[in-house]
Amino acid sequence: MPTAPAGTLYRGREGMWSWVAHRVTGVSIFFFLLVHVLDTSLVRVSPEAYNAVIGTYQTPIMGLGEAGLVAAIVFHAFNGLRIALVDFWSKGPRYQRVMLWVVLGLLVVTMAGFLPRHLMNVFGAS
Amino acid sequence: MTTQTDIPTPRSPYVRRKTTRGNFELYSWVFMRASGVVLVVLVFGHLFVNLMVGDGVKAIDFAFVGGKWSSPFWQIWDLLMLWLAMIHGTNGVRTIINDYAQRDLTRGVLKSLLYLAFTITVVLGTLVIFTFEPCPPGAPAELLASICTA
Ligand code: HEM
Repeated sequence: MPTAPAGTLYRGREGMWSWVAHRVTGVSIFFFLLVHVLDTSLVRVSPEAYNAVIGTYQTPIMGLGEAGLVAAIVFHAFNGLRIALVDFWSKGPRYQRVMLWVVLGLLVVTMAGFLPRHLMNVFGAS
Repeated sequence: MTTQTDIPTPRSPYVRRKTTRGNFELYSWVFMRASGVVLVVLVFGHLFVNLMVGDGVKAIDFAFVGGKWSSPFWQIWDLLMLWLAMIHGTNGVRTIINDYAQRDLTRGVLKSLLYLAFTITVVLGTLVIFTFEPCPPGAPAELLASICTA
């Protein structure tokens, strides 16, 4: 593996780490989607088969996994819009760093709306 | 007497060497951004209706899917989401393979597996959305959507 020289223009800081996070979340969502289409396809087998497999997902551990998945999707979605703005909006590159904090703020707000509801569904009685 | 001599142009005007590779990477770059904007709507709507409305994940079962896919609205929604997300995701993973897999053979093998997964998932998903039977005859009524008994 060739090693990159230290301290180039693009290394480190918000720009690089948001790119890493966008990449990691993108691949994770992709592999989840493959499995998600497969399990949903069980509706074509029988109601019993689908309910049996979905039932194994309706556990606290899977519920936490879903929370992480939703967070990954929400980050990827908002940061994807930020990427498009950096590319197409004339002031985008100048505000790329500010926009990353806006993305993270929107992520927190969205999760604050989602998590209580979801965790109640996962951990609440019946 | 001729004053006009036929002097050839000293050098041919600059012509940009024609690229032989087409503009595929440009279109794919534009597609990632355009499909991303549409996916925000499709995916957020999907998550909201399935996880936030009513009892959320707890309520997902065969009857829930049956209720949704008896409506052409959700069939088209999910079909569009399936295709856009799979093309967007596959194209994204293709970029990543190109970035990290340095040997031609490794790259070829990984991309073949990727396109195989793409084809299987999109064909299977599309077939399921359109051949799905929300009220299969002989299935216990308590497992089915309310529209089946109405
Ligand atoms: C929810 C709305 C989404 C938006 C706004 C969005 C936006 C984007 C954008 C703009 C890019 C291009 C990045 C670049 O060219 O540097 C991208 C890359 C990518 N996206 Fe999405 N995306 C979304 C959903 C998805 C979904 C559902 C998947 C998985 C199936 C996915 C997987 C990927 C992957 C694997 C990449 C490549 C990452 C890389 O090259 O580093 N995205 N996304």
